[in-house]
Amino acid sequence: MRKVPRAALLCVAAAVSLSACAAGAGKSDQSGGPAAAPGKDDQFSLTVWSNFSGREQAEVTKALESFKEKYPNAEIKHEGSQDDDKITAGIRSGNPPDVALSFATDNIGQFCSSGSFQDLKPYIERDGVDLSQITDAVRSYTEYKGTRCAMPLLSDVYGLYYNKDMLAAAGISEPPKTTAELLDYAKRTTKKAPDGSIEVAGFLPTMLFYANRPPIWAPNFGAKWEGPDGKSSLATPEWAEMLKFQKELVDFYGYDNLERFRAGLGQEYSADHAFHQKKIAMMMDGEYRTAFLKDQAPDVRFGTAPFPTIKPELYGVGFTTGTIMGVPKGAKNAGAAWELVKHLSFDTETIVDLANGIKNIPSTKAALADPRLEVDENFKTFIDLAQSGKLQGNPVTPIGDAHIKAIGDFATSWQAGKVPDLMAGLAEVDKQVDDRIAKSGK
Amino acid sequence: MTATLDRVDAARTAPARGRSRARARHRLTVLALMAPAAVGFTVFFGYPLVATVVFSFTDYDLINPPEWVGFANYAYMLRDELFLTAVHNTLWFVVALTVLRVVFALGVASVVARLKSGVGLVRTLCYLPSLAPPVAATLVFFLVLRPNEGPLDKLLGWFGVESPLWFADPAWSKPGIAAVMLWVSGDLMIIILAAILDVPQEQYEAAELDGAGVVRRWWHITLPTISPVLLFGVVNSIIVALQLFTQAVVAGSAASGAADITGNTRYLGFPENSTLTFPVWLYTQGFRYFDMGYASAMATVLFVISFAATALLVQRMRKATHQEEGGPGA
Repeated sequence: MRKVPRAALLCVAAAVSLSACAAGAGKSDQSGGPAAAPGKDDQFSLTVWSNFSGREQAEVTKALESFKEKYPNAEIKHEGSQDDDKITAGIRSGNPPDVALSFATDNIGQFCSSGSFQDLKPYIERDGVDLSQITDAVRSYTEYKGTRCAMPLLSDVYGLYYNKDMLAAAGISEPPKTTAELLDYAKRTTKKAPDGSIEVAGFLPTMLFYANRPPIWAPNFGAKWEGPDGKSSLATPEWAEMLKFQKELVDFYGYDNLERFRAGLGQEYSADHAFHQKKIAMMMDGEYRTAFLKDQAPDVRFGTAPFPTIKPELYGVGFTTGTIMGVPKGAKNAGAAWELVKHLSFDTETIVDLANGIKNIPSTKAALADPRLEVDENFKTFIDLAQSGKLQGNPVTPIGDAHIKAIGDFATSWQAGKVPDLMAGLAEVDKQVDDRIAKSGK
Repeated sequence: MTATLDRVDAARTAPARGRSRARARHRLTVLALMAPAAVGFTVFFGYPLVATVVFSFTDYDLINPPEWVGFANYAYMLRDELFLTAVHNTLWFVVALTVLRVVFALGVASVVARLKSGVGLVRTLCYLPSLAPPVAATLVFFLVLRPNEGPLDKLLGWFGVESPLWFADPAWSKPGIAAVMLWVSGDLMIIILAAILDVPQEQYEAAELDGAGVVRRWWHITLPTISPVLLFGVVNSIIVALQLFTQAVVAGSAASGAADITGNTRYLGFPENSTLTFPVWLYTQGFRYFDMGYASAMATVLFVISFAATALLVQRMRKATHQEEGGPGA
């Protein structure tokens, strides 16, 4: 590929906004190696952008303030409700925050490969940071093709939630461990009205509703995103088994019947959530739901367990994701920013306090084992999963979440009975994903 | 003789110079007055337009310098299945909204214009929804139409009628969004109402004397007189439909149970990409997949199509109006 003729670009840029283009064409921030750390008594200020809001933003601010124990004269400005679009716009305009927190790991491939987030390797090597303190799955979703441009700020782990009373009423004493058991229990706990409409769904199988998303389900079916050749690998028996399991349950309810039931359910993070309202007996969700249930539906007697798996030997696997932190390109105080990122990533006391505050899973092994971590019976399921070493992170690509949307779209067509040939359809999705990645040129 | 000639030249030249200076001053004044608008036009329309076209021929991830790829982005449109889905969805809205908005606004305005009392109240009630923020308006409709729980479903249930799933059903999600757009079209209704009230009363009185009834008066007097305003309504509705974004995103997110989620976890196009409009897909490409080159190509295509369609429409309607008024070819 050739560079755009300079004259043409200059022509375009002449009207205005040299600054807008300058952010994209700027020189590497790390041409001279890692920026120096501030002195202990230096006065400096850092701007932090995150997508937290309300109570959670206050907890994160408290964690940021703990940085002052190391640097008493630091001033930290925490701005919440800043999503990835705003972070990218800030970098482009040459006015990024010093530290950016991204809620999703979908964009890590782009952040690392484009240089949006600075490569942290020089800092890690200079300071001799031991990355093995971070659990394996969390390490995997904070880097892309060997470029570590982000660090984790806690993590989310997904498992099974079940309503103890509903299972007991159906004569079930233990949560399901295999998907065959889940299918059986879902049928036994489902309640239908005399007209056939669903009153309570044992397990809601609708894809793309609540946490029913392909990346979250995939580990429990042994489904992988890439083959050994690095290409998309969805046309495999594992993915097919996952979708067949889902379709079997959809067919049990009847697609139209299920859709009518689902369309009346509340929003995911509202008190109207179907599990809070006792309209579903079992579901897949993250550890944060324990806090929501305690706050919004204290009368629901629930238990948690690893999500059932297609094969018994897989039991104990699960999906993990989490908030990531990076030092954006053009950060004004990169040296101090890295110190803050390091503090939030590895200071056990800070991590434990924050995990207790927003009920997320610590991302370091030391914090996971810390006795100060508040762990009740239900939260312990997720701590155990995090320590199991069997978690699988989000697939990292340079195309955002395009691959997740592709398989999600396919799954919704499949559940609606619009896919005549499952394997051929999956092969077509593989082709779309590979084509998309090839187009990105990364 | 010479002196005479010189005097004549001087007499002619002095006022000519004065007029020339006056014209120059006039031009300068006009230019000075136009300058702010011209600068604004260049900065906020001209530059982005040219930049978009240039970027459409590049691979551009928003961070690194764009790289020239020729027509690759345009060629990719042919392989991008969701591009056609987005085109189809947006065309649906262009046709449906253009017809429905204009007819709905014209109908309401015609009724309001004939009211003898309470005109102010009715006019205000019809206009108020257009002031509602798009997100709030869409969520209101989502809650009202929500199956099993919404008031409309309960109302229909009393009569034994099962309501559609609206935003949760790919066959009904677009009509659901169209209903939101109609509810907030009070601004167009007010413009058409003003045009109707502006029709000279003498024409109605003359037609009435000739025995024309209400319908004939409306058809032969009201409609032709307000046709330029209706043309504006048509063009405005096409643009509204081509730019449909917020309502589609909010409706899809709420239907997927994710109205309270921000950022990438929000699922765009739900259900089954029936709410994936052209601007939504363009935004997804540019800001979620970081492919601003392809997004620019899509924007260029959208601009060319909308410009051509609008120009053609305006030309046709002008010609029709001209013929109506007895111009050549009438």
